This record gives sequence, C-alpha cells and structure tokens, in this order.
Amino acid sequence: MPIFGQQISINNDLVPDWTREEVSTGTTIMAVEYDGGVVIGADSRTTTGAYIANRVTDKLTRVHDKIYCCRSGSAADTQAIAEVVSYQLGFHSIELDEPPLVETAANLFRASCYRYREELMAGILVAGWDRRKGGQVYCVPIGGMLVRQPVAVGGSGSTYVYGFMDSNYKPGLNKDQCLELAASALSLAMERDGSSGGVIRLATISEEGVERRVILGNQLPKFSTH
Amino acid sequence: MLGEAEPQWLSEEVKTGTTIIAIEFNGGVVLGSDSRVSAGESVVNRVMNKLSPLHDKIYCALSGSAADAQTIAEMVNYQLDVHSMEIGEDPQVRSAATLVKNISYKYKEELSAHLIVAGWDRKEGGQVFATLKGLLTRQPFAVGGSGSSYVYGFVDAEYRKGMGKKECQQFVINTLSLAMNRDGSSGGVAYLVTIDEHGTEENVILGNDLPTFFDQ
Repeated sequence: MPIFGQQISINNDLVPDWTREEVSTGTTIMAVEYDGGVVIGADSRTTTGAYIANRVTDKLTRVHDKIYCCRSGSAADTQAIAEVVSYQLGFHSIELDEPPLVETAANLFRASCYRYREELMAGILVAGWDRRKGGQVYCVPIGGMLVRQPVAVGGSGSTYVYGFMDSNYKPGLNKDQCLELAASALSLAMERDGSSGGVIRLATISEEGVERRVILGNQLPKFSTH
Repeated sequence: MLGEAEPQWLSEEVKTGTTIIAIEFNGGVVLGSDSRVSAGESVVNRVMNKLSPLHDKIYCALSGSAADAQTIAEMVNYQLDVHSMEIGEDPQVRSAATLVKNISYKYKEELSAHLIVAGWDRKEGGQVFATLKGLLTRQPFAVGGSGSSYVYGFVDAEYRKGMGKKECQQFVINTLSLAMNRDGSSGGVAYLVTIDEHGTEENVILGNDLPTFFDQ
C-alpha cells in the first residue's frame, strides 16, 4: 500500500504528546461552606501530557440548579459521571416535586465512582445549597469514598495548599472571606503545580441562586515570592 | 503457617520522611525539622534531631535516606574542620554548602538525600543554601522533605522579606506544625536551631506545645 510521508515510531520525540496521552484535568479545585451557602473554585487548565489542550476550561459543572460539582482527574471520566448524575437528579427531582438534596447528589456521585472504581480516575467535590441543611460540601475522592467537610481541596495542585488551608480557614467565615480564601489558595496552587493554571473560576451558591465570576491571570492575588 | 508478615523495619530502608525548613533573617538564620524516622510503616525513631552541625555557626538539615544524609553530613563536617584549620578562621557558609553540593552531585545516582545548609558568617551574614540533587542555590528560605509539598502554599503566602528573629522562629514552628499534621512521614517534636553573630541556640518544642489548627 503506498504511504505518503515518513513513518516514525510513536515513541519518537517528534511525535507530539497529545496524540498518545490521555486528556486529564491536572487541576486544583476547592469548595468552602459558609453560613448560607458555599463557595466553589477551580483553575482552568486541561492537559494532554505536556500540551495544554484547553486553557480556559470550566471545571465547575452544574448537576442541578443549586448543586454543582468540581471535577479533577480524567476529563472524560468526570464529564461522563457528571452527565449521568445530572440525568438521575433531574428525574429524581421531578418524582419528588421539589429540589433535590445536596447529600442525594453526593451519594449518586459516590455510587458511580465506587461501583466503577477500577475503571475510573475521578476526584470530585460536590457542593450546593438546599433548604434542609443549607450550604454543604461533600468530598468524593478517587476510590469512591464519601465524606462531608466544611472545606475541601482536590486535584494535583491541592497538595501544595493543605498547609495554607489549615492555617487560614476558621469556622464562621462569611461569603467574601470564603471567596478571598479560595482565590488565594487557588492562586498559590497554580503557581506551584505545573498541571494547574490559566484563570480562576469561582461560584457562590446560596438561597438567592448561583453567582459566577472569573479572575483573569493578571488580576490573580499576588504574594511576595512571585 | 498463618503468614505473620515480617516487621518492616527488618527489610525496608530507613528514611527520614521529613519536613525541613531554613529561613534567613536580618542577622542570622533559623533552621527547623520534625523528628520522625520511618522504615516502611514503622517509626523507628520518634525523637531524632535532623539538624546536624557542620561547624560552630553552620548547620545542615537532613532529609531522604537517613544513612546517606548522615554520612554526607559527617564527611562535610570533617572536610570543613580541615579547611577551617587551613585558612585559620571560621569557614564561610557558601564553602560548607559547596562541599555538600560536591558530594551530592558526584554521587547523585547512588545517593538519595537532600540537605539544606544554613548558617552565619562574618562576610555575608545569615545565608540559606539548597543542594537538591547536586545543584547549589542561595535562597531567602528553603523547604524540603516529603512534608514540604503540603506547605508550599503556606510559605509562599506568609513569607515576607525583612522578618525579625522571633517572627522567623514562629514562622518555622507554624510551617512544621502544618506539615506534620498532613504528612504521614513527618511527626513527633519540632527541633529549632537559631544561628546569629552571638551564637547558636538549640530548642525543642514538644508535641503538645505545637500550634493547633481548626480541625484539631
């Protein structure tokens, strides 16, 4: 069979990363509860190996009006799971004739992540507001555990900000303090983690609704070592 | 025979899992470390002082393989003694760091230890040098060891130029405490060494005296 061009091995340096590496949301994600709602945030970088496939990704995905999830790990896996849960929640909410509980959404995520734990690579933070318990954050890490936490971080960049989070979070912060905490933590992680970067996407979810904002690269919080 | 697994400390290499930090202030340096030495999942020493003297006013902080790190420190201690006798005065911190770097670089394939060298000399005052994998670089502060990943965000946010001695000591204690809470290979007590023109001061902060955070 006639072949145009030179055939080179896939292991050759000339063959770009993105033809053989899986697409991953390298990532830093964060969610914080406050009295009356939650603040969620994420960076915006999606990588295939060393190539940044999308530098303005939206990793804050709606699964219901007042329930969102923050995705980290394999982009394909997390998108698929979020779609499945979004469908299940929509159905459930019609049956109930009222908005679903955040805990229900978190359990649906956990059910999928645990059942298919061998095949999936997904670390998800589920956060939202409901009338029964107010603002809640649930952590569903790789492996499919479920735990509620007042503040949670996830993704490859999260290791670098555990210390910052432990020292700066206190129970009883208000919405603006939570936004500042999330923006600072994400900014610090994006500086240290090669797989995190781009812009910061934030959202607040409360009884009033969902409010989204973006912090562009040149407006990121600055620290003295940068 | 119902398999009783052999204890890990018989087969696993001894590592100083570790968190180490050194920071420069106007007039000296502060070094800090945790005290846990692990072999696999066992803690074989919970009170080990990882801040090792290279000379009167030059210390190094050990991390990585315990044997490799201790041996490098002892070798450099000897070489520095000889060097300081030859020049007839106290050695420079940069000289000590260079000696560590020479060993780390020459044997980089065989060794797996990272030493942070810090001290005070008359020429340049307080200095901190990182020697990871055989490089040599002077920095205002340096962190190392497995626990350091968890506190990069914290030190980036909290470090400011021109901190005084007491502030630096508190900064080091806070950093160590945060890292020890998150890293399974770091823990125990916190050792502090403060070096300035007037002398060297060693301190221990016991577990219950360490700062606590919102979830403790």
